[in-house]
Amino acid sequence: MILQIIVSGILMGFVYSLVAVGLTLTWGVLDIINFAHGEFLMMGMYSAFWMYSLFGMDPLLSIPFAMGIVFVMGYFTYRLIIKKVINAPGLTALLATFGLSLLLRNLAQFIWSPNYRFINQSIVMDKKIVLGSITLGVPQMVAAISSIVMTMAVFYFVEKTKTGRAIQATALDKNTAKLMGIHTEKIYALTFGISGACVGIAGALTATFFPIHPESGALYSLLAFVIVALGGFGNIKGALYSAIIIGITEALGGFLFGTQFKYALVFLIYLIVIQIKPKGLFGW
Amino acid sequence: MVETKKIFSQKQVLSWMCILIAVLPLAIPNMNFHHVMIMFVIFAALGQSWNIITGFAGQTSFGHAAFFGIGAYTSSVLFWKYMVSPWVGMLLGALIAMGVAVIVSYPCFQLKGHYFAIATLAIGEIIQQIFVSWEYVEGATGISLPILPEGFLQLQFHQSKLPYFYIAYVLFVLVIVVAYGIEHSKMGYYLKAIRESQEAGEAIGINPTRYKLFAMMISSFMTAIFGSLYAQYILYIDPFMVFSLPLSMKIVLLTVLGGLGTLYGPIIGAAILIPLSEYTRILFGGTGKGIDLIIFGLLVVLVACYQPKGMIGLFGGWARKGQRTGGEKGE
Repeated sequence: MILQIIVSGILMGFVYSLVAVGLTLTWGVLDIINFAHGEFLMMGMYSAFWMYSLFGMDPLLSIPFAMGIVFVMGYFTYRLIIKKVINAPGLTALLATFGLSLLLRNLAQFIWSPNYRFINQSIVMDKKIVLGSITLGVPQMVAAISSIVMTMAVFYFVEKTKTGRAIQATALDKNTAKLMGIHTEKIYALTFGISGACVGIAGALTATFFPIHPESGALYSLLAFVIVALGGFGNIKGALYSAIIIGITEALGGFLFGTQFKYALVFLIYLIVIQIKPKGLFGW
Repeated sequence: MVETKKIFSQKQVLSWMCILIAVLPLAIPNMNFHHVMIMFVIFAALGQSWNIITGFAGQTSFGHAAFFGIGAYTSSVLFWKYMVSPWVGMLLGALIAMGVAVIVSYPCFQLKGHYFAIATLAIGEIIQQIFVSWEYVEGATGISLPILPEGFLQLQFHQSKLPYFYIAYVLFVLVIVVAYGIEHSKMGYYLKAIRESQEAGEAIGINPTRYKLFAMMISSFMTAIFGSLYAQYILYIDPFMVFSLPLSMKIVLLTVLGGLGTLYGPIIGAAILIPLSEYTRILFGGTGKGIDLIIFGLLVVLVACYQPKGMIGLFGGWARKGQRTGGEKGE
């Protein structure tokens, strides 16, 4: 029983990691808390939903589509909004992203109604794998494996490719990066786009087993904030590990103390860890 | 704001603002308008309280709803279960909120920047969870306060909203006086020094933790008072209302929108946001389409993009034009 819970916690953690990686990128590179991150996720879920209900497309096949849409959204969010507030004093950037989240969430509610929607057909739907004493839902498995692959891909991209190194350089010191011939504006826009792409994929994946509604991104973004802070801002590996920790905490806490306390426990874990490591588990 | 100070002193501007706010509800005797004015005064005061810890001391708190909720719940539970006057509950709630603030924020003051902000967010969420599942305070159901005959002692008025307004107003003026006092005292300068650079502050002999703690105590105390008042005005509370993250964020938003770290900021911000959100809610709220929040969100984005210093920047700009002394950046 316990093993079953831990495994499903880890699987959920993998999905969280992809959401958190998107957030940690913008946070680490631009030093901006993107409060609209959950709404980007929601847009990813809706993209998958509309592809399914209009064209009967399987949510897994619409992943590239959701990824593209939210990438473009992220890109233009930077171009149209973030660019203007990035050098503003105090909490102005936060104001902008929070306003954007309100706008997107309520626009979704206005256009698509607050109803819960479900995707009823997918090749992974209602299938289960039994491994000894553990039963795993195929939608969760697929989402977890795809998420971890994507998280790894982003990690590889940032660590190993030339563009990725340019992102890192910009994160470390924008002005020096500029002097080295890096087009920092492009890098910022690209980072926001990649961050969007991550949650676009995560949205399409979770749409196979979670209801889709305008508020569905809000909880994930709250968890993603904690995961990112727990792992250390801008640290992709940190986000992955702490996402797994949070996934297990949530699953185990829900089982041991009742589901109403599982998020309280997640937040408590953060508060305790931060006392020992004030810059997160992997912060520098 | 350097330039406006030259024309009118800060004290004069604030006094005129306060007089205007006091006269407005008398000039316009309309129930809806009185409601909007009460909400405006409450939220301006909440913004002012939050401004002390975040605007002055630079410690971003996303968890002020926790103190607001503790204030609301303390007075409500005492009133509902034991018929204790809300005034006593208000004071007690404020003291409890202050105690909680000390306990939870002291260990967090070693955290820097966003780590602190997320910690306050986490604390706020945990406190909400506790209240949601706490049987003694009716958990998620919330508390409906008993309706009593009108009276100052039981803080209930049914004929007119004006008594609520003037009680809230007096407390609001007190908050401004406190914030003004802090800004112009040694403590205010210490807090701003800590905000600009904690290391430099420490180097000149300021104990950052102590002053941040003082600021947090004052801030949480005042926030809780308005929590009690709000509960007494609405006569119903539940954890999703008074402990919610959106409430914390509303306080943050209106202050940043008006101008962070200035005394005018929360007043200007609340004067824009509260009528906007209350009136759009009255107009479109019933449709359940969220039009009010679409407008609200759009406005917030636009202000952030084009007035990055908050609306206060707009007034600073006018003052500069009037003076014809450009070049210097007003703070």
